[in-house]
Amino acid sequence: MMEKEQEYLTFVLHGEEFGVDILCVQEIRVWSALTQLPNKPAYIKGVINLRGVIIPIIDLRLRFGKEPLEYNDQTVTIILSNHDKQNPMVVGIVVDAVSEVYKFNSRAIRPAPSFGQVVDNCFLKGLASIDDKLIILLDSKALLDHEELYCTEKVVLGPVAG
Amino acid sequence: MSVDLSQFIPTFLEESFEGLALMESSLLSLEVDDNETIHSIFRAAHSIKGGAGTFGFDKVTEFTHLVETLLDEMRDGRRVIASADIELLLESVDCIRLLIESARDQSGYDEAKVAQTSQALSKSLSQGASLPGAENTPESEGEAEPDAVQWQISFIPGHHLVKTGNDPLLLFNALADLGPLELSAQASELPSLSDMDPQELYLSWHLVLTSAASEAEIREVFEWVEDECQLELAQLSGQGKQDKESCNSPPDVTTSGEQVTAEELAEPTTIAAADKSPEKKPEKAQVKNKQDAGSIRVGVDKVDNLINLVGELVITQSMLSELGNDFELSKLERLTSGLEQLLQNTKELQESVMRIRMLPISFAFNRFPRLVHDLSKKTGKAIELVINGEQTELDKTVMEQIGDPLVHLVRNAVDHGIEPAEIRKAKGKPEQGTIKLDAYHLGGNIVIEIKDDGGGINKEVVLNKAIDKGLVEASSNLSESQIFDLIFEPGFSTAKELSDISGRGVGMDVVKKNIQSLGGRIQIESEQDKGSTFRVNLPLTLAILDGQLVRVGSEIYVIPLIAIVESLQAKAELINRVSGDMLLYRLREDNVPVLPIYQLFSLPADTTEVENSLLVVVEADGQKVGLMVDDLLAQQQVVIKSLKDNYQQVDGISGATILGDGSVAMILDIPGMIQLAMKSAQKNQAQHYSANVLAGETV
Repeated sequence: MMEKEQEYLTFVLHGEEFGVDILCVQEIRVWSALTQLPNKPAYIKGVINLRGVIIPIIDLRLRFGKEPLEYNDQTVTIILSNHDKQNPMVVGIVVDAVSEVYKFNSRAIRPAPSFGQVVDNCFLKGLASIDDKLIILLDSKALLDHEELYCTEKVVLGPVAG
Repeated sequence: MSVDLSQFIPTFLEESFEGLALMESSLLSLEVDDNETIHSIFRAAHSIKGGAGTFGFDKVTEFTHLVETLLDEMRDGRRVIASADIELLLESVDCIRLLIESARDQSGYDEAKVAQTSQALSKSLSQGASLPGAENTPESEGEAEPDAVQWQISFIPGHHLVKTGNDPLLLFNALADLGPLELSAQASELPSLSDMDPQELYLSWHLVLTSAASEAEIREVFEWVEDECQLELAQLSGQGKQDKESCNSPPDVTTSGEQVTAEELAEPTTIAAADKSPEKKPEKAQVKNKQDAGSIRVGVDKVDNLINLVGELVITQSMLSELGNDFELSKLERLTSGLEQLLQNTKELQESVMRIRMLPISFAFNRFPRLVHDLSKKTGKAIELVINGEQTELDKTVMEQIGDPLVHLVRNAVDHGIEPAEIRKAKGKPEQGTIKLDAYHLGGNIVIEIKDDGGGINKEVVLNKAIDKGLVEASSNLSESQIFDLIFEPGFSTAKELSDISGRGVGMDVVKKNIQSLGGRIQIESEQDKGSTFRVNLPLTLAILDGQLVRVGSEIYVIPLIAIVESLQAKAELINRVSGDMLLYRLREDNVPVLPIYQLFSLPADTTEVENSLLVVVEADGQKVGLMVDDLLAQQQVVIKSLKDNYQQVDGISGATILGDGSVAMILDIPGMIQLAMKSAQKNQAQHYSANVLAGETV
């Protein structure tokens, strides 16, 4: 098997550490005021203007069906972009805090067992452990997919604004 | 050095499509003995053939070659132009378009059609044309000589020939493919070693070629270097036909003297770009990037204007920054005037940039002559098409999306509008029907009219049909325009028989939907036996909108100014509560439903009571509603940004914009909001109902 190293940006969400492919991370911003969208699921916080592009902001806690947390000065928005010219997609995810950048060998990533209801399984890429910590790696492709992320058909866990 | 030819492919494709459109329109207007038109058709075909050859689209080259040969015969007067030929050429244009499209998308095409047309072309070439006595095999050119003859060729290249990427050796190899070749080089012009520029070519050649090839074929070998050499061609044996021509003004394959050649008149094309490297023809040119980014041809005057404006903007900017460096209150007046200038500059710049996106509507109209020509043949109705206002400019995106609806309307006019000749005669109308296409600006909109002098719309037939289909109640009392609007209902078609032109009943509602999605309207006027007019109203551009900013709670929304009828403060005595939570506001003779935005969008708002609140009365689809807002803010032009790029369609919102302070504001979609309100009203009713049922059960 080819040994491929990949860097992951990790962030904390409800006491757990998650990782996303760092190549998909466009930038990290502090939480800033945004414009609400009408009649949307609670996990979509609204949209912001990022240098002329309008970007939706997703609260990942709510998207993954966890309790909401008051935003504080640690709260950050990670802007993810798929860098696809034909089908570009940029989205901001709100997380509790960013943590580290780790390098993982593709062999160090183990397939994820079924998580039950913790995370929608479609977002999971695998698990990696480092310094006795377990890091849940998210599939950036799924995160940057309209249908998976906004989950129009599937039941979304957590409160939904009516 | 290798030139990546594929970068020129999009240009080639674009120009080919333009060339095809030109061929089509010229063919339709072609009359006998109209040499200039045939020339322009020939030139277009020749450019396409040349370009296709360069990029390795062999099928296009082969097919276009046949077309070109036929045109060549017409051009030389060796073939009488018959209407059958024109039909054949029109079909060929379709085939070339198919082939080019398939080359572009690297997909398949209707091979049967192409093969059929190509056969018809070969057949027509072998039959009719050429001079009596000459024998022609189907695929041979008009000038083909069956016996091998000796050609004497004198080839004196210009000194710069090799610099332009041409290599004489390759030319000779190509000639040798035609038959045995003898050649001798002349070195008389060779300068002394000290004067010699190693990058220049000083040699010339005498060649003797024994071949059955025609003169045209031989000249084709020299196609790329024609401009840069002196070429003399003479036949040594055979019928002793002498033909000497100096090639400085490059001749084509022709015999008539005053002809200007394709190469010379062809617009600056891809061929010119490819000229430099003919020997680098790629074996297979691949379209690397399938994504159609699209491009616009912009007049130089527009660009110059833009540059001037940017210059002014830069001056204003430096003036302002100088002012800002050490500002004191005494300079306030200069600052104000500077800012005013900046505003002016920005506005003008905005307008100029918008104008770049504007194209004359002839781009959408130029397909109609062909369409009407074909349809009138198919239906056997004589129809004249009159086009006015082709130069009216319209945003490119709007133009692209309005094309199909217009085609549908024109088809309808031919199929349903214009009556067959006998009926027309009986009615005392000229036998030839007329369809008028008209485009003009009106206010900030463009109006496109499709007018026919046919039978008009029969109100009773429409109404009866609508009642039959259950679209309206039999008892309902509809106005004329309301009856005409029934045509746009889904599943409505009045044609008694289905034809493949129209009448499947899926068209008109789609037409209306498309026009509405562009922010436009469509109206019908019709008079029995006199004809009907379909009038399409479209905004000039999709990118900018005049909007009224309103506040609801902490959010700011933009209402399109075009939708606003009036704004008013609600008076308590004019408010009526009807069943459920529906509120009606009495506005003169109308009863206008009130839509509280905060309820629709589930927002906190300052005012939740209708009494004394601000109502913005808007109209969409002929329906007026009053939007309840907290505050009216400024009116301004906003740039529309799509929400769909990174998110998805939101009900009741047509897009977003960025305000002066950098925050995002939503643009309200009035028809969408009305639908949203209806949906939630239905839901409420259902809830009330189930609540009542439950209550009933417990009792």
